[in-house]
Amino acid sequence: MSILVNKDTRVITQGITGSAGLFHTQQALAYGTKVVGGTTPGKGGTTVEGLPVFNTVEQAVRETGANASVIYVPPAFAADAIMEAVAAELDLVICITEGIPVLDMVKVKRFMEGRHTRLIGPNCPGVITPGECKIGIMPGYIHMPGKVGVVSRSGTLTYEAVYQLTVRGIGQSTAVGIGGDPVNGTNFVDVLKMFNDDPNTEAVIMIGEIGGTAEEEAAEWIKANMKKPVVGFIAGATAPPGRRMGHAGAIVSGGAGTAESKIKTMEACGIRVAPTPSEMGATLYSVIEERGLLEVCKSK
Amino acid sequence: MNIHEYQAKAVLAQFGVQVPQGKVAFTVEEAVEAAKELGGKAVVKAQIHAGGRGKAGGVKLAKSLEEVEQHARELLGKTLVTHQTGPEGKVVKRLLIEQLTDIQKEYYIGLVLDRSQGRVVMMASQEGGVEIEEVAAKHPEKIFRETIDPATGLNAFQASNLAFKLELPPTAVRKAVQFMMALYQAYIAKDCSIAEINPLVLTGDGDILALDAKLNFDDNALYRHKDIVALRDPDEEDPKEIEASKFDLTYIALDGNIGCMVNGAGLAMATMDTIKYYGGAPANFLDVGGGASEEKVTAAFKIILSDPNVKGILVNIFGGIMKCDVIANGVIAAAKQVGLDKPLVVRLEGTNVEQGKEILNGSGLEIVAADSLADAAQKIVGLV
Repeated sequence: MSILVNKDTRVITQGITGSAGLFHTQQALAYGTKVVGGTTPGKGGTTVEGLPVFNTVEQAVRETGANASVIYVPPAFAADAIMEAVAAELDLVICITEGIPVLDMVKVKRFMEGRHTRLIGPNCPGVITPGECKIGIMPGYIHMPGKVGVVSRSGTLTYEAVYQLTVRGIGQSTAVGIGGDPVNGTNFVDVLKMFNDDPNTEAVIMIGEIGGTAEEEAAEWIKANMKKPVVGFIAGATAPPGRRMGHAGAIVSGGAGTAESKIKTMEACGIRVAPTPSEMGATLYSVIEERGLLEVCKSK
Repeated sequence: MNIHEYQAKAVLAQFGVQVPQGKVAFTVEEAVEAAKELGGKAVVKAQIHAGGRGKAGGVKLAKSLEEVEQHARELLGKTLVTHQTGPEGKVVKRLLIEQLTDIQKEYYIGLVLDRSQGRVVMMASQEGGVEIEEVAAKHPEKIFRETIDPATGLNAFQASNLAFKLELPPTAVRKAVQFMMALYQAYIAKDCSIAEINPLVLTGDGDILALDAKLNFDDNALYRHKDIVALRDPDEEDPKEIEASKFDLTYIALDGNIGCMVNGAGLAMATMDTIKYYGGAPANFLDVGGGASEEKVTAAFKIILSDPNVKGILVNIFGGIMKCDVIANGVIAAAKQVGLDKPLVVRLEGTNVEQGKEILNGSGLEIVAADSLADAAQKIVGLV
């Protein structure tokens, strides 16, 4: 078991003929992901890596039976690509594209109301269930199948956390990058609920950053509902206020959204917060050890 | 991206938002000339990208051309320090010469994204002319909100709800509704991230006017707004940040001495946090982004080194979409081009890490390799 993706997930790549789309489709295939095709408008009928390319998502879904897509199209066209995938009724759409205008995402979010598709991202590394299915840009080799769920707003910081777990022999059930944009498809609470209900997840590591109140909302939810231990980290303790730190979401304004206030709320809700990013793995390790979960979490 | 007040007012006027008559002046002569057109009396407003100008002495009333000249002479070239500029302040190089407004009462109107709903919200308050964050903290009940459905845009009834809650006189309600609708049009059409009218004023004649205007724009959407990009004032930005934006790099200057080059905003912030934790101070935030080329990495390296405070560099790359061999080649090319004479610590992990490490090892450069984030931070702190 795992969340969101597994060995049966059938994926198409939107933007499969672009350089990023192509490279990461090759990587996904090498990892064992069931990539069944792709789309690039105007290139329908061709093949890439032996996979059929279609003009539209609708056609790709009809021909391949795909239930998930991953989006690598440029930012100016990415919002439209998401809506196309949602209209084709895919279960899961993962948008890797960085730099989508915020108001485009406001429209996308409205478009998705009442439809069943789950969107992960945009501006995210993707989702991986180690050993089964890798959808996104994360390096596969740092992961290890196991029992710890990982959820993060930051891409590369997710790799950092996963890597720290793997070198300690702690595998991951699923690692989810929800993305750093202010308007996205899936938030911390959505993913935490899934990990809470997943029998294969024993503990969770949640990586946040400055800006917004998503971490605080997640902390309150954890306090009220979470049956499994959660360890956290917040990036950006030393960021100057009022400046956008790369992620459109990472900005401290008017004293709200600071690392300090987030860490305080998280600790008050029973979440152990790693003091530095290099101690994320060690902090999780000590928490599962204290809870008697070390044996079950150690990957063989 | 930020623009000046006078530019924001010009953008808003295109959409029918009522603003006072005024003109920008770069010199004392231009200021006097502009005031003549307004009949001699004017407000002289310093134009810098920061709020709190009034309290800092950046806004002056002039009842005659002599006073306009006097204020313009005093303000141009002056360093204004407000609560938003930082202690070093900002030098005034432009003035807005604006007609005097007969202010009956001041209000606040703002448009901003509500992240938790994923929608734009219009906020209005009777507490105009003061910091809205302060009002929000002390008297949240004094801020009225309308959430906007992107499918319909701001509806007239919503604007009217706000206007009545502001207790505007009945004759001004219709004008306020028009004002709010026009403001929303501008916000959407120009991909704003913030539109703030503080204060919005009711004049003695019963008109509704934007006495001040602040517009911020979504950087991700600038590609479709060449007219807004043209309003960029390089004097208001760090030249290194401008250079970085040309290469699509996110660079933010800080005051430490350890230059940082990292991929990913979260890891970049985490790297800064770790440097601080081990007693060092980062000189910058620099996210090389996902699809960086060798050329982009070289540019990033040069920008970091153009900061005279930099005494050493930490490169921390966890390759995903970014490939470690590309980073390695970029670092070597840059180090050779600029004749790097400062300590360089490199930590590589992720996609194509083995090729990356081989390239660095075979380069003949003096590079300190690190195995982890903590190791890298400790090494560079020890070397500077």
